[in-house]
Amino acid sequence: MRRIFLIAIPYLWLVALFLVPFLIVLKISLSDIALAIPPYTPTLDFGAGWAGIRDFFSDLDFENFKFLATDDLYWKAYLSSLKIAFIATVLTLIVAYPIAYGMASAPDHWRPTLMMLVILPFWTSFLIRVYSWVGILSNEGYLNQLLLSVGLISEPLTILNTNIAVYIGIVYTYLPFMILPIYASLERMDASLLEAAEDLGCSRVTAFWLVTFPLSKNGIIAGCFLVFIPTIGEFVIPSLLGGSKTLMIGKVLWEEFFNNRDWPVASAVAVILLLILIIPIVLFQRNQQKQREAEG
Amino acid sequence: MRRVTWFNVTSLTLGFAFLYLPMVILIIYSFNDSKLVTVWAGFSTRWYGELLQNEAFLDAAWVTIKVAVISSSIATVLGTMAALVLVRAGRFSGRTLFSGMIYAPLVMPEVITGLSLLLLFIGLSVDRGIVTIVLAHTTFSMCYVSVVVSSRIVSFDQSLEEAALDLGCSQLQAFFLVTLPIIAPAVVAGWLLAFTLSLDDLVIASFTAGPSSTTLPIKIWSSIRLGLSPEINALSTIMISVVAVGVITASLISKRSSLKRQADERAAGT
Repeated sequence: MRRIFLIAIPYLWLVALFLVPFLIVLKISLSDIALAIPPYTPTLDFGAGWAGIRDFFSDLDFENFKFLATDDLYWKAYLSSLKIAFIATVLTLIVAYPIAYGMASAPDHWRPTLMMLVILPFWTSFLIRVYSWVGILSNEGYLNQLLLSVGLISEPLTILNTNIAVYIGIVYTYLPFMILPIYASLERMDASLLEAAEDLGCSRVTAFWLVTFPLSKNGIIAGCFLVFIPTIGEFVIPSLLGGSKTLMIGKVLWEEFFNNRDWPVASAVAVILLLILIIPIVLFQRNQQKQREAEG
Repeated sequence: MRRVTWFNVTSLTLGFAFLYLPMVILIIYSFNDSKLVTVWAGFSTRWYGELLQNEAFLDAAWVTIKVAVISSSIATVLGTMAALVLVRAGRFSGRTLFSGMIYAPLVMPEVITGLSLLLLFIGLSVDRGIVTIVLAHTTFSMCYVSVVVSSRIVSFDQSLEEAALDLGCSQLQAFFLVTLPIIAPAVVAGWLLAFTLSLDDLVIASFTAGPSSTTLPIKIWSSIRLGLSPEINALSTIMISVVAVGVITASLISKRSSLKRQADERAAGT
């Protein structure tokens, strides 16, 4: 009896506030925009009985999806989100790897402090961390002031409101997600393997590429997924640091909903975004599963 | 792997400089007297004064704290229940759907979570306000709590609970007297995580908040969209210091308790 309560309470909560809302999005994505409250048709009319339900289903169509497929804006926004997420993931890996490597080679008594220093930014507000770059990157910002005063440049660089600023913002905010899994895999590595490689005549650099790097592969893969997946739907970073030319689908969805008030199209955008996300999510799940089996 | 080389020291120094310099600059310039945020005009605390006089910010901060405390507390209860179900309940019909619903919100883009909840609330014609934000925050943060707590339940020795049941405890007593104290660190960590997620959330709150229930991130967002603001720098400094003090204290406490445990174990061993 108690078991039923234990299962039912969280179960029903998630059905009501996660599954049902998602089905509503799916349904509205098949509806048409209307000048009414709520601003879409058809609405389900239970009063009309079976006829009402039949009319309801016959009025649903894939019109919004056809619209998304024919309008350039959406295609480009999906592709450019994927592109930005991919490039940002690679950049984050390049920045994170030396840090994770340095942490794994640090003396034991430093490690808790280094770990805390990596995790600390994660607890501070995401919004503030993104905002802190506005002052650095703007035309009158600290970076331009510095570069102008040392005479490296004669005109201020335009970085804010470009894709470069978006990349910097993503690398900065998602860095801990990449550092931690790589550090975890490097830390578990057996140091004698490296010594063996060097005894057998490898230089340090060759030993790194032949031994260390392949052994940290699992950490790298996990870190890349942890950065890539949330970046695709990112809204705050492209809106704050990107310019009018920065196309990302999270921003498009927001504008479609709040500025254009086109709920059916916004819902269709959301449904396609989820379909795109399923591929990396399933790959990630499989990878994690394989790792657990390899360890257990 | 223990090798302190010139390369490692440099990469750590540059890496942590990259992580911390933007926040340090933000903090320094929050004491700038000038209204132009990027031009230094002498030390002053005037923006802190103006911030504390700004009713709108204080109201938003109060709403945010209320939402965070309530939603993280409900999320901790629901998330712990969900973790028990995931680890202990064995097979039941709809189990796959259940674990799917626990993991999906973790990877769901915030814009979609926000949009779907807003459409639900409008469909039910619920007035949007603190209650709807709490419902939204509870839903996604309970999933984080259940992940944190279930990893602790997996590693815990079930025979302790069985012993309590054999000695005459009811299931509820066994849970509160044996299981809960053992998983307590994970439950507390889950609550803290849920609390921070709620404090931090802009996107989902923007979709589910009503006109009378502005949270601090929504307020911050509407002022930074127009550019830099010295008041926001002051507010950021306060928020960063609170978090830094909290995290450092928590890690010192956990370090001390683990040292104490080691000492106890050594004493018990001799």
